[in-house]
Amino acid sequence: VMNDIISTMFNRKFMEELFKPQDLYSKKALRTVYDRLAHASIMRLNQASMDKLYDLMTMAFKYQVLLCPRPRDVLLVTFNHLDAIKDFISDSPGILNQVDETFRRLIETYNPLSDGEFQLIRQTLLIFFQDMHIRVSIFLKDKVQNSNGRFVLPISGPVPWGTEVPGLIRIFNHKGVEVKRAEFSTAGNYVTPQREGSFELYGDRVLKLGTNMYSVTRPVETHMSGSSKNLASQAKENIAPNPLAKEELNFLARLLGGLDIQKPAGDSGFRLNLFTTDEEEEHAAQTRPEELSYKVINIEATQEPARRAELSRILGELDVAEPRPGSAGKGEDLLALMDGL
Amino acid sequence: SVSPQAAWCELPSRVLLVLTSQRGVQMYDADGSTMVFWHALDVPELPAAHSVFARGIAAAGGRFVCVGTSFGAVLVFDIPPKGTNVTLSEVLEQHRDPITDMAAEQGQAPDGAGDLVTADDSGTLCLWSSGEEFALLGKIPGSGCTCSSVALWNGIVAAGYGNGQIRLWEAGSGRIRAQLSAHARWIYAIDLAPLTGKLLSGAEDSFVHVWKLSRDPDTDDIEVQHCHAECVTDTQVCGARFCDPAGDTFAVTGYDLSEILCYGPA
Repeated sequence: VMNDIISTMFNRKFMEELFKPQDLYSKKALRTVYDRLAHASIMRLNQASMDKLYDLMTMAFKYQVLLCPRPRDVLLVTFNHLDAIKDFISDSPGILNQVDETFRRLIETYNPLSDGEFQLIRQTLLIFFQDMHIRVSIFLKDKVQNSNGRFVLPISGPVPWGTEVPGLIRIFNHKGVEVKRAEFSTAGNYVTPQREGSFELYGDRVLKLGTNMYSVTRPVETHMSGSSKNLASQAKENIAPNPLAKEELNFLARLLGGLDIQKPAGDSGFRLNLFTTDEEEEHAAQTRPEELSYKVINIEATQEPARRAELSRILGELDVAEPRPGSAGKGEDLLALMDGL
Repeated sequence: SVSPQAAWCELPSRVLLVLTSQRGVQMYDADGSTMVFWHALDVPELPAAHSVFARGIAAAGGRFVCVGTSFGAVLVFDIPPKGTNVTLSEVLEQHRDPITDMAAEQGQAPDGAGDLVTADDSGTLCLWSSGEEFALLGKIPGSGCTCSSVALWNGIVAAGYGNGQIRLWEAGSGRIRAQLSAHARWIYAIDLAPLTGKLLSGAEDSFVHVWKLSRDPDTDDIEVQHCHAECVTDTQVCGARFCDPAGDTFAVTGYDLSEILCYGPA
């Protein structure tokens, strides 16, 4: 199962598509791609378990992005993820190679970005996660999340690499010579960091964010009551479906579905239940607050000429602003790519 | 995509509400009822990977509204006393990195100190004198750390950086006069109260600090005193502004916070 999911995720064509500069996916689109990934092996999940898994992933990711000491650390977090993934498939050289390829591509694309550019990326991600406060029991237990669903932001510990421990005021005269030093104190209790994490293919990342949360086995629960106050407004945003988005998703799904997926024949598959019993899972499905349902789009991952015609028709109906020099519309690029497959 | 920014631009004849976004710039009447003007950003020749947006707003010289862009250019708009006949008067091209913030002189500028400061992602600061043609008076090179927020008062540039440092620069000479290890995370907001010289800083470390700036009359050295620290528990502070020109009250906003927190004397 691990091999199937990981090799699907790191499929070269899929990665190429992901590395293209583009806007963030909508929440619906992201959930749909995630569903497809989660079903890339013989493993199956019911709606309730799928929802729970997605909630967990969302909140864990939000936590990691939010707590990055420096904006650039989102890249270190990514590298931590990849290091852990490589560990899972360390005895499959083919898949390991795919992951290393992606690793190299990340290094090539992102290492040179400035702090300002990383902060822009981080802000974009944080806006996506705004107002999500699902409580995750492993986070509650470890005291990284409060009972109101908000994450704990510690005001102690090492400062980010490149930052000084707060407290010093230095005054310089008109010649640039330091003439005075003063200190101020606050509630914070910070210390100097020991070293910077490595941005190479191999190395000590130093940062613990993004390492395996489950290296110690614990029960996992998510709680949604009380966290859905602001989601009603969010749900309204996503009501009008973007037809072009659906066609793009079909394309992505085709890329993901391009590998041989073993359909479980009779009892040879297995179903993952994230709840303690089947009854609990069923109950969760029925009692999930309306605002938190993900309204997954159904995707058919088969090639149909009708789909391409549909895409052309949709594009034809869209108002195209005056063409910018040197860049074809996004839909045209997609069509060209589909022609090539 | 970049969050939109909003700022009041106070000119002698009118107050405009200016908004920036990925598309460009929009200007509204003070009550937000009428759009006075909009400007779509020209997309210059850039590798496709770079996003285009407007960021950084300031009213300058009692006549202009300046807006920064992600390609480093500063757009200068000439605002008529009333009506919608706003024109793009100049494009200032001294920055090579995306503009982060800009600020107009809030007090009395000493001779040669200029009345506008612009900041960018690399930490470079440019000092300008506004007019029919803006003049670049000085450039303070960055040292690789983003200057995220900036204020200008009595010829002192107060700059907040992504590494949590606040630096005070002499606008006229371009020399550094004070360095504060103020915050443990990215500074998002810097504000100045012109009547008292109080400085407000807010950052992702959950802290808001109030400082007092003054000048030693003999040495002309800048003096900085730390007045107050406020910890907004478990909140990354994204916005902080004084609510009055003396700096007795201030308001704070944060990520995932749907409220505006107001702080004042007990």
